[in-house]
Amino acid sequence: MTDRHWAGLVDASRAKSPYFMLLARDPEILEARTKTDKDIFYNPVAGLPRAERELAATAVSRENGCIFCASVHARFASTYSKRRREVQRLLDKGVKADLDERWRAIVAAAAALARTPASFGTGEVEELRRNGLDDLAIVDVVYSAAFFSWANRLMLSLGEPIPAGKG
Amino acid sequence: MSETEPDVIDVLAGVEKGSRLDEVRAQRQEARENAQKSFQTLFAPKHPGGVTVAERYAVATFVAGLHRDAAALAFYRSGLAAKSGRDALIKAIEAEIARGVGQGPYGAYPRGPLSAEDKAGPTHRIAEANRAALGPRLAAAFEHAHLLVFHPRDSGPAALQSLLDAGWSTNEIVTLSQLVSFLAFQIRAAVGLRALQAASTEKD
Repeated sequence: MTDRHWAGLVDASRAKSPYFMLLARDPEILEARTKTDKDIFYNPVAGLPRAERELAATAVSRENGCIFCASVHARFASTYSKRRREVQRLLDKGVKADLDERWRAIVAAAAALARTPASFGTGEVEELRRNGLDDLAIVDVVYSAAFFSWANRLMLSLGEPIPAGKG
Repeated sequence: MSETEPDVIDVLAGVEKGSRLDEVRAQRQEARENAQKSFQTLFAPKHPGGVTVAERYAVATFVAGLHRDAAALAFYRSGLAAKSGRDALIKAIEAEIARGVGQGPYGAYPRGPLSAEDKAGPTHRIAEANRAALGPRLAAAFEHAHLLVFHPRDSGPAALQSLLDAGWSTNEIVTLSQLVSFLAFQIRAAVGLRALQAASTEKD
């Protein structure tokens, strides 16, 4: 691997993953994608709590049918929210699962954006507002859901769609 | 350099400099800059590999059309006209968009409890009449892009064989997959920001 390819991986530990090694064949887009991902999910300043960014990621993955992405991000959503039972209900029943009102609004908005063409409109925005989300939190829902529309497609076509044990 | 080039998501969503939404986006500045860098590296690559810029814009025009997003379609179609300018190609793409539009996601799960949720839908095949204008590489790329756009759960390793058969190398398949999947992100980011803007305008 050249320096260009190491830079694309961003985290050198990813060299252990066959999926990331495959993506590193085009290192520039992998690097930009990874940095986009990190800001959307890890930027701790204001906006939507991490648990609910992961909830949106889980909802999109469930809607698209990326079993691997859904299980990984459901685990993050559970860890950060401590609401394992409800997260499991989303995995079991899908995006129409019975959740509390705020989570239902986030899941419905994320799922609407996941569809092609997206059916996300002012109705979804108003529903998120009614549940206490400000503009930055709504942008976080949009980014989290849009980003997983990217991630699911890559994983389903080039990755391992079946959960490979733990990890 | 990236300061002078307009941010494509802002362009597609109609976010004006200095607007409320511009300020909100600035609070996720790394995401904004790297979404733009993603666009730049896919559409003005320093290392294009085997995928020409014209091919990239051709696929993007098809993908934007499948998303039925007028702003994205106009953006990528004008990019394609600038890079290729072949009327026959653009006409063939428009015809394939009209044949290809649908409603996703659908597709089949690996056999198991989720198989009950399998949802049938069309697999896109390029019309004979459009094959000559597209050529075998783009024809295979479009058929694959349609899978990724509408039924990504059917896009696994078996689906990649037809790209290999049409002369796409593994490196080029990675670039193509990133490009189509990135557009799924970029177009949705614009859709979401547009809705937020529309809801704010209604409220004011």
